[in-house]
Amino acid sequence: MATTHATAGPLSDRVQPRIPARRKGSGATRRRESAAGYVFLTPWLIGFTAITAVPMLYSLYLSFTNWDLISNAGQYVGFRNYVRMFTIDPSFRRSVKITVEYALVATPLKLALALGVALLLVRARRGTGTARALFYLPSLLGGSVALALVWQSLFSRDGVVNHFLSWFGVHGKAWVNDPKYVLWTVVLLGAWQFGAPMVIFIAGLKQIPPELYEAASVDGAGAVRKFRSVTLPGLSPVIFFNLVLETIHSFQIFTSAYVIGGGQGGPVDATKVYTLNLYLEGFGQSHIGYASALAWVFLVAVGLVTVLFFGTGRFWVHYGDGSDR
Amino acid sequence: MATLTQPRQRPRQRPRAVRRRRTGTVLRTVLILALLAVVLYPLLWLVASALKPDTEVASNLSLVPHNPTLHNFVRGWTGMKTVSFGRFFLNSTVIAVGVVIANCASCVVTAYAFARLRFPLRGAWFAVMIGTLLLPHHVLIVPQFVLFKFLGWIDTPLPLIVPKALATEAFFIFLMVQFMRSIPRELDQAAKVDGCSPFGIFWYVVMPLARPAVVTTAIFSFIWTWNDFFSQLIYLNSPDHYTVPIGLRLFLGGEGQTELGPMFAMSVLSLLPVFLFFLAFQRLLVEGINTAGIKG
Repeated sequence: MATTHATAGPLSDRVQPRIPARRKGSGATRRRESAAGYVFLTPWLIGFTAITAVPMLYSLYLSFTNWDLISNAGQYVGFRNYVRMFTIDPSFRRSVKITVEYALVATPLKLALALGVALLLVRARRGTGTARALFYLPSLLGGSVALALVWQSLFSRDGVVNHFLSWFGVHGKAWVNDPKYVLWTVVLLGAWQFGAPMVIFIAGLKQIPPELYEAASVDGAGAVRKFRSVTLPGLSPVIFFNLVLETIHSFQIFTSAYVIGGGQGGPVDATKVYTLNLYLEGFGQSHIGYASALAWVFLVAVGLVTVLFFGTGRFWVHYGDGSDR
Repeated sequence: MATLTQPRQRPRQRPRAVRRRRTGTVLRTVLILALLAVVLYPLLWLVASALKPDTEVASNLSLVPHNPTLHNFVRGWTGMKTVSFGRFFLNSTVIAVGVVIANCASCVVTAYAFARLRFPLRGAWFAVMIGTLLLPHHVLIVPQFVLFKFLGWIDTPLPLIVPKALATEAFFIFLMVQFMRSIPRELDQAAKVDGCSPFGIFWYVVMPLARPAVVTTAIFSFIWTWNDFFSQLIYLNSPDHYTVPIGLRLFLGGEGQTELGPMFAMSVLSLLPVFLFFLAFQRLLVEGINTAGIKG
């Protein structure tokens, strides 16, 4: 960005039409610009209509049918899919519970790690650049099938994790085969990718004016007090941003649960998260009517959570000076 | 930040405070190194396991193989009965390159319209675009599948590439809009005075200056497509068209008899392109995150 401004400098000095040309532009030039605008917007308009809007409406329609992908037939069933979901489908209830559990643990854990490491790495010293990059690396690789396979091996009966635990006299189980624990291995894989929010935290921490810390020191505040009274409020917009993003992201967890659960959400459906349930319902059993209903409930739920965040955000997010967004 | 500047501001330091600060620094460094070791361990373990002979993977837990071998790579590469991993890599590359080109081209055009041109309903369309940014793509996967099935595109790379050519990745549009807004408008005005049309301004002024945003888009497009599993799982269903993640998934199939060595070897190879991108562009990647804030 710096280079952009550097090249822009001399040019903008030379040409200085202080009056915006657009204002005095005739109707013809404005019409020309409007036309150009729509020409440039055409690919997006087509994409939005054909790939997003129409399919969304179509899926709303499908959700009121019992459409089957194999026979490619089905009929209108009213609210039966939704009623079934909330009253008799144990898979639905179970997947909601697992997904919420995952989101409630993985998101705070990931953000706490991100903030902790960000605090260690805010100050530029020798090697911090490299350290930041290395902490960020799992965020690039962690969503892959390869890492989920690694995780499965690390947490197996004679995996490395149990080996380390045996040093402390703990006799580990086959974590990935135990329905009680398998979800927590998925949580750890999620939390391991704390690098992306960490980078955002570091940028946010740099925005907090140093004078605030100096003032706090003069008032005799210790490290903990400074963190609570200066860092947290100053960082709250960034925390909010990361929280919303990571929560929505964690609701959509799929790959790691799919791979660690052996493709079927096992053992005993313990990793059948919401999207995996949707996938198995729609593409495993071809019940695309029901899967569409699942998708719409998901959309509404994610929407509600987002609204909830923004509703409560104003009570604890401070857009003070220094963090003008 | 403040604690760092404090010692310099005080005229005279008490030696005890200095010593405490120094041990603090040492502690911090040790802590960072310890955390790094934990965080990087799974990756190092993966590479080590790929180089170990089968007998060693379970028995030797150290990161250094006793008898390093490339045998796993050879076996993994030819491992699938009818199709080699080379085929999967080729398929993944074709799709990733296609997505990179499609994303860059379509998003830069869309972003230019939103960032620079005035037209009726611009604000409304922009709001809609931001709305799609938050839309979980699982919601659309069923009806899109029906659409692409109708078009006869299932088991081809088309459903994975064509939507990107229609600027459906709102995130990159947003990233480019943000970037283009930082390009001084005076440049547009100057070009306009010189008789440039909106198309000329796009081509000669905005495009060249937006190159960093385009490069960021290209890199993230590549990495995300390379790692993508969900949509490739749904759209590609014959082994000839499998990509690397879908090929890796086949290692899940065997009951207990899965060969770990070749699986790890292919996992290492699957991560290699992303890792190389990371080495080459780490600064840009980290900055890209900061410009717009990104999912992991």
